[in-house]
Amino acid sequence: MSIADITAQASTAAGARQDIAGPYGPKPRRVISRRNVFLYGTLFVMAVYYLLPLYVMVVTSLKGMPEIRLGNIFSPPLEITFEPWVKAWSTACTGLNCDGLSRGFWNSVRITVPSVLLSIAIASVNGYALANWRFKGADTFFIILIVGAFIPYQVMIYPIVIILREIGLYGSLSGLVIVHSIFGMPILTLLFRNYFASMPEELFRAARVDGAGFWGIFLRIMLPMSLPIFVVAIILQVTGIWNDFLFGVVYTRPDTYPMTVQLNNIVNSVQGVKEYNVNMAATILTGLVPLIVYFISGKLFVRGIAAGAVKG
Amino acid sequence: MQGRECTALTQPADEMSKSERPNLLFRNLNAKVASIPMILTAMVVFVGGTVWTVLYSFTNSKLLPRLNFVGLDQYYRLWAAPRWLISIENLLIYGAISLVFSLVIGFLLAALLDQKIRFEDTFRTIFLYPFALSFIVTGLVWQWLLNPDFGIQHVVRDLGWTSFSFDPLYNSSIVIYGISIAALWQGTGLIMCLMLAGLRGIDEDIWKAARVDGIPMWKTYLFIVIPMMRPVFITTLVIIASGIVKVYDLVVAQTSGGPGIASEVPAKYVYDYMFFAQNLGQGFAASTMMLLSVVTVIVPWAYLEFGRRK
Repeated sequence: MSIADITAQASTAAGARQDIAGPYGPKPRRVISRRNVFLYGTLFVMAVYYLLPLYVMVVTSLKGMPEIRLGNIFSPPLEITFEPWVKAWSTACTGLNCDGLSRGFWNSVRITVPSVLLSIAIASVNGYALANWRFKGADTFFIILIVGAFIPYQVMIYPIVIILREIGLYGSLSGLVIVHSIFGMPILTLLFRNYFASMPEELFRAARVDGAGFWGIFLRIMLPMSLPIFVVAIILQVTGIWNDFLFGVVYTRPDTYPMTVQLNNIVNSVQGVKEYNVNMAATILTGLVPLIVYFISGKLFVRGIAAGAVKG
Repeated sequence: MQGRECTALTQPADEMSKSERPNLLFRNLNAKVASIPMILTAMVVFVGGTVWTVLYSFTNSKLLPRLNFVGLDQYYRLWAAPRWLISIENLLIYGAISLVFSLVIGFLLAALLDQKIRFEDTFRTIFLYPFALSFIVTGLVWQWLLNPDFGIQHVVRDLGWTSFSFDPLYNSSIVIYGISIAALWQGTGLIMCLMLAGLRGIDEDIWKAARVDGIPMWKTYLFIVIPMMRPVFITTLVIIASGIVKVYDLVVAQTSGGPGIASEVPAKYVYDYMFFAQNLGQGFAASTMMLLSVVTVIVPWAYLEFGRRK
C-alpha cells in the first residue's frame, strides 16, 4: 500500500512541477481500485468455498453428538473433544471387526509402500530402456501401454481376477500390489522415458565408451541425476494408491481392506446410530496422508499433476 | 547408441550375419529383460484382458465365465434394463456438467490467478488441495454438507428461511447434480492448474500488442488467448472426459446409487453385476459399452492429434 501511495504522490508531484509537459512517469496504480476489489473479492469467495468442507470436517469431528444435533454445522465447537478421533481410530465398527480405522490404515501402508517402490522400480528401468536402449518393437509395446491407460478399468477387472486366482494371489495384499504396479505403469513409464530422453546424450555415450553397461549407466549416472523425477513419481503414486477405492474393494478381503474401503464401510453402514463426529474424524484421518504429502511437496505436486496430465 | 553398434557389426561381415542371426534375440538383452513387465502388461492385461472381456460379453456367463455364445443377447438385455438407462442418463448429465463447469471455472480461476496478484501460491494451494483427497473422502464430506437435517439446508432454515429446500442427495430428480457439485469441488483445481500453465505459456508480447491496440481484456482472452491455448484445452478435455467415464467411488460414497437407483452410473452397474448379482455376462456387456464410449472419444482425438503430426 505504502509504496503505491508514495509512487502516486511522487507522480502527482512530478506532474505539478512539469505542468506544461503533462503527466509524467507510469500511470499510478491504486491499491483499492475497482479491479482489485473484484479480483481479490472473487478469489476470496472461491477460497472460502474450497476451504469450507475442510473446515466443516474438522469442526464436526471435534464436537460431541448432542452439540451436533442442536447446533449448526458451521459453528465452531463449544467444547472441544478428541473422543471421536480416538473412537474412529481404534473402536469404530465395520461388520464384525471393531478395531477402528487403524486396521485399514496399516493395510493401506502395507499396500502403498511396496506398490510405490515396485511400480517406480519397474517403470524407471523401463523408461530408461525405452529412452536409451531402444530395441525393435519397443515403441509398439509402449504405444499399446499408453493407449491402454485410457481403457476403463472395469474392462480389465475380471480378467485380472482370473489371473490373480491362477497364481494364487487373489485376495492378498501382494495381489493388490501387482495390480497397482500394472495400472501405474503407463503414466510412470511415460514420465521416466521423457525425463531420460531429455538428458544429454553425450553423457550416455561417454559412459558407454568408458565401458559401462545397461545397469552400470542406470545406477551410477541416470539414477543420481534424476532424483527430482523420482520424487514426482513418488508423490503421484503415494496419493494415487492411497486414494484408490475400486482395486481395494475388488482385490482384497474384508480383513485386508485398505483405508478408503474401510472408511466407506464405517460411514455408510446401515446398522447402528449414526455418529457424525466419528464419521468426520475417520474421513479426516483417511485424507490426512495425501493432504500431508500435498502440503509438504507444494510445487512438486503440481509438477506431478502436470506430468500426469501430459498422459494424452 | 544402438545404431552405432549396428554399423560397426554389419560393415565387416555380411556373410557373418547369417551365423549371427540366432543371437539377434539376445542383442540388447538387458533392455528386453527390463521391458518384460511392460510387454506383459501391454499384451496380457491391456490387450488380452480387453479382448477377453469383449469376447465373453457375447456369452451367457453367470457365476463363472463360460464360452456359451448367445450373440447380442446381453446387449439387448442391457439396453432394456431401466437401471442401465438411468446410469447412462446420469453419466451424460454428470459429464456435461463436469465438462462445462470445470472448464469455465478452471479457466476463470486460472485467469484470475494470472493477474500478477499477491498470495498467488496461497490461493493456488487452496484451490488445488481437494484434488489430493480421494473421491471417497470427497463424497463423504459432501454427503455431510448436503445432509438435509444438519447441513446447508438446516443452517439456512435456522436463519429464518424455513421453506428453503436443498436436499439433492435425497431427491431422486436432482441427485446427480448433488454428486456433480462434489466432483467439481474436487476436480476444478486440476483444470485450473493446467489452464494456468497454458496461460503462462502465452507470450507477454501478445498482451502488450493487444493493449497497444486498445483491445479490452475480455476480448483479448476470448479471441486471442483462448484460440492460442487450443492444445491445452484439448489435453484438458481428454483428461476430463476419461475421468467422467470412470466415476464410481464418488457415487458409492455419497449415495450408494440411491435414492433407489436414481444416481446409478455405468461403472457401478458393471461392478455390481460382476461381483454381487453374479451375472458376469451383463457386467462384461456393460463394460464393453464403457470401452466403446471411451473409444469414440479417444480415436478422433488421437487421429487429429497424431495423424496431423505425421
